[in-house]
Amino acid sequence: MNNLLTIFIAMVIINNMVLAKFLGLCSFFGVSKKLSDAFSMGIAVTLVMLIASVSTSVIYNYILVPYKVEFMNIVIFILVIASLVQIVEIVIKRTNIILYNAMGIYLPLITTNCIVMAIVLINSAENYSVLESIVNALGAGVGYTLVIIIMSGIREKLDLADSPKSMRGLPVAFLTAALLALAFVGFNGMV
Amino acid sequence: MNDHKDRSNSKQPQSCHPQKQHVKDNKKSGSRFWKELVKGIIVSNPVFILILGLCPVLAITNSITNALGMGAGVIFVLLCSNILISSIRKATPLIVRIPVFIVVIATSVTILSLVFEAYIPPLYKSLGIYLPLVVVNCIILGRAEAFASKNSVLLSTADAVGIGIGFTIALVIISLIREIIGTGSLEIFGRQLFKLPGLSTHPLIFFISPPGAFLVIGIMMALLRLLGVMKYE
Repeated sequence: MNNLLTIFIAMVIINNMVLAKFLGLCSFFGVSKKLSDAFSMGIAVTLVMLIASVSTSVIYNYILVPYKVEFMNIVIFILVIASLVQIVEIVIKRTNIILYNAMGIYLPLITTNCIVMAIVLINSAENYSVLESIVNALGAGVGYTLVIIIMSGIREKLDLADSPKSMRGLPVAFLTAALLALAFVGFNGMV
Repeated sequence: MNDHKDRSNSKQPQSCHPQKQHVKDNKKSGSRFWKELVKGIIVSNPVFILILGLCPVLAITNSITNALGMGAGVIFVLLCSNILISSIRKATPLIVRIPVFIVVIATSVTILSLVFEAYIPPLYKSLGIYLPLVVVNCIILGRAEAFASKNSVLLSTADAVGIGIGFTIALVIISLIREIIGTGSLEIFGRQLFKLPGLSTHPLIFFISPPGAFLVIGIMMALLRLLGVMKYE
C-alpha cells in the first residue's frame, strides 16, 4: 500500500510527466488555451492511459515475459494503444454522445501522444505489476490534468497581457512553463 | 551542379524501385534531390520552423553527447521508415496506411534501441525512455505521411537525410547553449573540449535542469521571430 502511494505521489508532482519529463508537450501547448478544453483533454488522456496501462501490462506480464520476447514491446505496445483508442472512440460515440462531443476530437490525437506510450514503457521498464501499472497511470494522468489546467488558467490571463510582439503565443507559453516547472522542482526529495 | 548530379547518380543503385521513371528525368530529379535535402535543414527545419517533436528536443539537450546520439538515432529511423514506406507505397492500401507506417516505424525503432543497447550502453542509459519514444515522434510519422507515401525512394531518402540533419542541428545548438552555461565546460563522448574559468567553478545548474530547457527554447523562439526566421502566429 505504501509502495502504491509512493508511486502515485511521485508521478503526480515529483516526476510530473509534462514539467519534469517533457512528455505530451504538443497537447500541453496546443490545447491549453481554454480552461474547458484543457479539462476535457486531461480527462481523455487519463482515461486512455488507464485503459492502455491495464491491457499492456497484462500483455507484458503474462505473454511477453513468459515467452521471453520482451524486445517486441515497442511494436506491440503501439499497436495496442492505436487500436484501443479506436475502440474507446467507437464505444464513447455509441454510448454517450455528449461525452463524445466534449472529447471527440482529442481522442485520435492521443494515439500519437508520447505520454501514453511513455507510461506504458515505464511500466514495463520498471517491471510493475498490473496493480502498480494502474496506479502509475492514474498518477501520471492526474499530474497531467493538474498541470494543463494550471497552464490554461494562466494562459487565459496571459492573452490579455501586453507582451512584446515576438514573445506572443508560444514563446511566452514556454517561459510560463519554465516558471511552473521551477515551482514543481521544489517538490524534489519529498518521497 | 554537375558535381551534384554525379553524386546523386552514384546513390542510384540503392533505389531499385522507381529507376525506370528515374532515368527519364535524371537531370531534373538530380536537382530535386538536392532541393529536398537542403529544404529540411533551414526552410522547413522540423524544430524551429515546423515545431514538431518537441519532447526529445527539451529532454535530451542537457548534454551535447545526448543530442548527437539522439540526432543519429532519429536520422537512422527516418531513413529506414522513409525508404521502406516509399518502396511499398504502391502496394499499401490507402485505408490501412497509418497502421502500416506505425509498424514500419516501430520496427526501425526496435532495431535502433537494440543496437544502442548492445554497442553504446552508456548512451543507451542516458537517453533512457526517450530512445524508444522516437516511435511516437511526430516528425517521423509526419514525413511518412506527407512525403514518403507520395514520392520516389531517392527523393524520400533525401528528405529523410535533410530533415534528420535539420533536427540534429537544432538539438546541437540548444544543447551547446545549455551545456556551456549549465556546466561551464563542453564534453563530447567523454572527452573534454574546453573549460570556462569562471563558469565551471560556479555553473548555472538551472540551465541543465528541466525548467532551463523551457526557458532556453522559449527565448530562442522569440529571438528567431525577431530575426524573421520564424513566422508570427
